[in-house]
Amino acid sequence: MSVNLTLLIVMGALYACGIYLILERSLTRVLLGLMLLANATNLLILATGGHAGLAPLYNKDTGAQEYADPLPQALILTSIVISFAVTAFMLGIIYRTWVLARQDEIQDDIEDLRVAETPRFDAEDDAPIPAETSEFPLTMLGSDGSTVSDHATAADGPEAAGDSITAGVRKIPAADAAAEEQPGSQNVTPGPEGGVK
Amino acid sequence: MNIASFAPLAVALPILGAALAFLLIRHSRAQRAVSIAVLSLTLLLECALLASVWDGGTAAVNIGGWLPPWGITMVVDQFSSLMLVVSSAISLAVLVYATGQGMADGDQDAPVSIFHPTYLILVAGVSNAFLSGDLFNLYVGFEILLTASYVLMTLGGTGPRIRAGVTYVVVSVVSSVLFLISIAMVYGATGTVNMADLAIKLADLDEGTRTLLHVMLLVAFGIKAAVFPLSFWLPDSYPTAPAPVTAVFAGLLTKVGVYAMVRTETLLFPGDRLNTPLMVAALLTMVVGILGALAQSDIKRLLSFTLVSHIGYMVFGLAMSSVAGLGAAVFYVAHHITIQTSLFMVTGLIERRGGSSSVDRLAGLAKLSPMLALLFFIPAMNLAGIPPFSGFLGKVGLIQAGVELGTPLAYALVIGGVITSLLTLLAVARVWNRAFWRKPSDAEHPDPVLLAEPEDSHTGSRAGRSNVTLLPRTMVGSTLGLVLLGVSLTVFAGPLFRLSDQAAHEMLDRSAYIQAVLGEDAPVPPLALKTGGGK
Repeated sequence: MSVNLTLLIVMGALYACGIYLILERSLTRVLLGLMLLANATNLLILATGGHAGLAPLYNKDTGAQEYADPLPQALILTSIVISFAVTAFMLGIIYRTWVLARQDEIQDDIEDLRVAETPRFDAEDDAPIPAETSEFPLTMLGSDGSTVSDHATAADGPEAAGDSITAGVRKIPAADAAAEEQPGSQNVTPGPEGGVK
Repeated sequence: MNIASFAPLAVALPILGAALAFLLIRHSRAQRAVSIAVLSLTLLLECALLASVWDGGTAAVNIGGWLPPWGITMVVDQFSSLMLVVSSAISLAVLVYATGQGMADGDQDAPVSIFHPTYLILVAGVSNAFLSGDLFNLYVGFEILLTASYVLMTLGGTGPRIRAGVTYVVVSVVSSVLFLISIAMVYGATGTVNMADLAIKLADLDEGTRTLLHVMLLVAFGIKAAVFPLSFWLPDSYPTAPAPVTAVFAGLLTKVGVYAMVRTETLLFPGDRLNTPLMVAALLTMVVGILGALAQSDIKRLLSFTLVSHIGYMVFGLAMSSVAGLGAAVFYVAHHITIQTSLFMVTGLIERRGGSSSVDRLAGLAKLSPMLALLFFIPAMNLAGIPPFSGFLGKVGLIQAGVELGTPLAYALVIGGVITSLLTLLAVARVWNRAFWRKPSDAEHPDPVLLAEPEDSHTGSRAGRSNVTLLPRTMVGSTLGLVLLGVSLTVFAGPLFRLSDQAAHEMLDRSAYIQAVLGEDAPVPPLALKTGGGK
C-alpha cells in the first residue's frame, strides 16, 4: 500500500497544532483545536483507503484494482457531518459563556476549588487534645506529683515548645487550637466539612 | 419472520418519536403523551427481543439488505437485549419523572419543550450503540447520544451548566476523536469495520499492531466509561444538569462505555493480554472514586463519585475474562443502571423537598417525609451492597469469581472491592445521618424550609397537602417504580444471574455472534480463552 507523503505530513501538522490548541484555556482556541483534530482524523481515514483510483461506479471494462475504496469516503462524510454539528454547538456554548461571564476562558469548578482550599487541619479531628481533659484532675496525678498526660507537654516535644501548631497554611497557638474543640469557637468559622472558610 | 428482525425499530421508533415531538413543540400535553407512548412501545419491543434471544438465539439484521461485512449490521444477543430492556425501562421512568417535574414547575424554563425530542434522540443513540454490529455504527451511536447529551447537559444555559458543559463537551469530543482514529487504524490494518469480521481478521495481525489497536479502543471507551484515570470529567459535569438529566446520564452513558469495553475485550480482542492493566485500573477506579465520594458534601457530587467507583467493579469482572467474572459484571451493570438512576431521582426529590442537595444544609427529612426517606434508604443500602439486595449478590458474584481466579492481583481486587463496598456504606450512611436523621437545629446552615415546622403537623391533612405540592405524585410514583424495579432485581436474581452467565458464556465463545452475522459456514476462530471458572 503506497501512502501519499504530503497528506501524511499535513495530517501530522494538523494533529500537532490541534493538540497544542486544545491544551489552551481559551475556549475559541480549544474549538479550533478540536476542528483541526477532526480534520486530521479525516485525512487519516482517507489514507487508510489506499491509493487514489476511479470513482466506484461499476463498469465492465475497469479492473477491480483501478477503483478507489469507497468506504473510507463514506466514513469521512459521516464524520464531517458529526464534527459540523459539534462545532456549531460549541460555538453556541462559547457565545453563551461570553454573554454570561464576559470571558473566553474555561472557568474553574467551584466545588473543586472548595475541596482544594480545605486545609488538611480539621478542627474537630486534628487539634491536639489538651493535656488534661478529665473532670477529676486530682486522680490523674502521678505518684511523684507530676501530671499524667497522653500528650506531649511543653517540656517534652520541640513542636509544642513554641506553643503553636501548623494548621494548613497558618499557625495557630496551641491554646486556641484546643479552644476550637469547644463549640462556638471564636477564631475559626467552620466551612462545610469542618474546614476553615 | 422472526421478532428479532424488528430490532432496528428500537432505534427508529425513538427517532420518529423525536420528530413527532418536535412538531408538537407548542403542544406540551400532546408532546408528553407522544414521548411516553413511544418509549413504552420501544420497551415492549425490547422485552419481546429479550424473550426471543433468551435461550441463546443470537440474531443479526442487515440494514437495507446489504450483506455483511459491507452493510450495516445490527446484532441482538443476550447481553445487548438485556441492556436494551434495562436502559429503556429506566429512560421511561426518568421521562415520567421529568414530565412530573415539568408539569409541577409549569414549564417556565423556556427550553423545556426541547427536552422531549432531545431525550428521545438520546434513547435512540443508546439503543443504536447497544445494537450495532460494526465499529463505525457504534461510533455513530455514540455521537447521537453524546450530541443529545450536550444539549441536555446545558439545558437552560445557566452559568454553572455552561461551565460544566464545556468540560463535558471537550472531553467527549476528544474521546470520540480517539475512537475515530482507532477505527481508521483498524480499517487500515484489516480492511473491515464489521465486528464479526474483525473477530476473525484481527487474529491474523501481528502482536504489536493488535495491542496498539486494542489499547487505543480501550482508552477511547475508558474515557466514556469514566475509568480512572480518565474519570476526572464526570463528577465535575454531571451534578449541575437538571435532576432527571443527571439521573439518566448516570444510569446510561457510562454503561454504554462499559458495554463497548466488554465487546472489545470479548469479541474483538479475546485473550488476557491486557487483563493486568485493566485490573489495576479497576482497583484504582474503585478506591480513588470512593475516597473522592467521602470528601463531598453535596449529594449529587457524592453520588457521581460513587458512580465512578462502581464502574471499577464492572471493569474488574470484565478483566477476569472468565464466565463467572463476566457474568457477574453483566449482572452488576444491570443492577447498577437501575440503582444509580433511582438514587439520582431521589436526590432530585430531596432537593425539591429540602431546598438543597448539600448534606450540610439538610436535616430531619425522615420526619418531614417518611416516604422520601424510604425511597432513599432502599437504593442506598442496595448500592452499598447490604444483603439481601442485588448489589450484595452482584458483589458476591464478582468476589467469588476473583477468588476462583486466585492470582495475587485478583485477591487485591477482592479486598479492594470489599473496602469500596464498606466505604460506600459509610458515604451513604453519612448522607442518611445528616439529611434524614438529625434534628434540623443541628444542621450548620439549615434551609429555612426545614426549620419552619408546620405548626399543625399533628392534624395530618394540612401536612399531607403541603407534601403533595412539594413532591408531585408523578415524580414520587416514577421514583417508587424504579426503586421497586431495583428490589425486583433482587427477587428475580436467580433467572437474571442465569441469563447473565449464559450471556457471558456466549460472549466468550464468540461462535454464536460470528455465525449469526456471517452465516453458518463462517470460520470460527479458535477459542482464545479458558472458559474455566464457570459454574
